[in-house]
Amino acid sequence: MLKVTGIEKGIVIDHITSGQGLKIFEKLNLHKLSTPVVLLMNVSSNKLGKKDIIKIQDYLDIDLTVLGLIDPNITINIVENNEIKEKRDIEIPEKVSGLFKCKNPRCITSVDDYAEAEFTLVPNGKIQYRCSYCEELTEYKL
Amino acid sequence: MNLKGRHLIDPNDFTLEELQQIIELGLKMYENPEKYSEVCKGKILGTLFYEPSTRTRLSFESAMLRMGGTVLGFSDANTSSVKKGESIADTIRCMDDYADILVMRHPREGAPLLASQFSTVPLINGGDGGHQHPTQTLTDLITIKYYKKDIKNLKVAFCGDLLFGRTVHSLLKTLSRFPGISFVLISPEELRIPYHLRDEIMNKHNVEIIEATSLEEHLCEIDILYMTRIQKERFFNEEDYVKLKDSYILSKGKLKDAKEDMLILHPLPRVNEISYDVDDDPRAKYFHQAALGVYVRMALMSTLLGVKGIC
Ligand SMILES: [Zn+2]
Repeated sequence: MLKVTGIEKGIVIDHITSGQGLKIFEKLNLHKLSTPVVLLMNVSSNKLGKKDIIKIQDYLDIDLTVLGLIDPNITINIVENNEIKEKRDIEIPEKVSGLFKCKNPRCITSVDDYAEAEFTLVPNGKIQYRCSYCEELTEYKL
Repeated sequence: MNLKGRHLIDPNDFTLEELQQIIELGLKMYENPEKYSEVCKGKILGTLFYEPSTRTRLSFESAMLRMGGTVLGFSDANTSSVKKGESIADTIRCMDDYADILVMRHPREGAPLLASQFSTVPLINGGDGGHQHPTQTLTDLITIKYYKKDIKNLKVAFCGDLLFGRTVHSLLKTLSRFPGISFVLISPEELRIPYHLRDEIMNKHNVEIIEATSLEEHLCEIDILYMTRIQKERFFNEEDYVKLKDSYILSKGKLKDAKEDMLILHPLPRVNEISYDVDDDPRAKYFHQAALGVYVRMALMSTLLGVKGIC
């Protein structure tokens, strides 16, 4: 079996649904980092059967809020001195833009390239976002 | 409190005090129009109507002309250069050099907000799709203020299509910010207000809402009855339409139990939701409402322009 050693210090994004790893790699712009990064795909997992994992060495200052919308199964481990120092739950972001489109067909964002909606999470228990232009709610789905 | 240079896209852009300031100025202008007949001399209103709305456009034009200003613009996107796919941003970049203040009507929801991001002069939303129509809301508010003296402690009923009616949504949201307001919402079950709006009114502003399916049920307690059109195609089937349509038509007969000083308002144009026999009832104020709409637009434009002599 393919072996990849642990990291001494950095971030481990674990329990990514198999096949989503590359998408997350791109969304987080990890190809732009200068520190070592590994993307493991189709690793066997007790919980998921198969999973993807991303390990980022050294780099701790990374905005991970977007993960909450991509894959709710994800767990994040912050590693220091070869130990998991912190397990972080992913959260659903309060504000997002650029990830999805407003579902309202009458919204100006559907026809005008100048208009990019900023979405604000509506606190109603569902993952629904209010469009900054038309105020209609869009439910986010993977 | 300085509104000079500001845009009006959503009634919530203005504080209650700012709304009151405009309404009070509108009433002063209504009482004494000569005093204000030249306050906008030399100013140009640009009207950008991407869909026709004669009533709104003429109300704005009248307002500017009554203050000594002039107007230019287009009244239908099909007959203007914007039809050929010019972006809103580019149109605004030119128009804000041609005019001192702009009003935009657009079928797309959020278009005036986008336009305001490119405009160097004040821009007023003249209605965007089913979203907002803030100057209709100002028109409604000035009428309530004129007849009730104060916009507070009123039971306001809305009747008709409450799901799609943009004037209703705008007014509901704005009125719920005033003290002591409660609502009676009269509509078929399929056309009740959207969930997110109800949630906002009840939870954020703590306003009491009664929902009813018949106009007569609560009529005797109501201070203001706001009628709206109910379109046949909004009903799910013909049978429901035939059965229900009369429940949402106001006739003289139904008014017998209503308060003596109740106001009957309507954003106009009406189709058949208010019978003609109601027109000469002293409580029918919808035509005067349209007249006051010109004065509140005068107050709004002169305030956003920051012209002298309006205090
Ligand atoms: Zn939208």
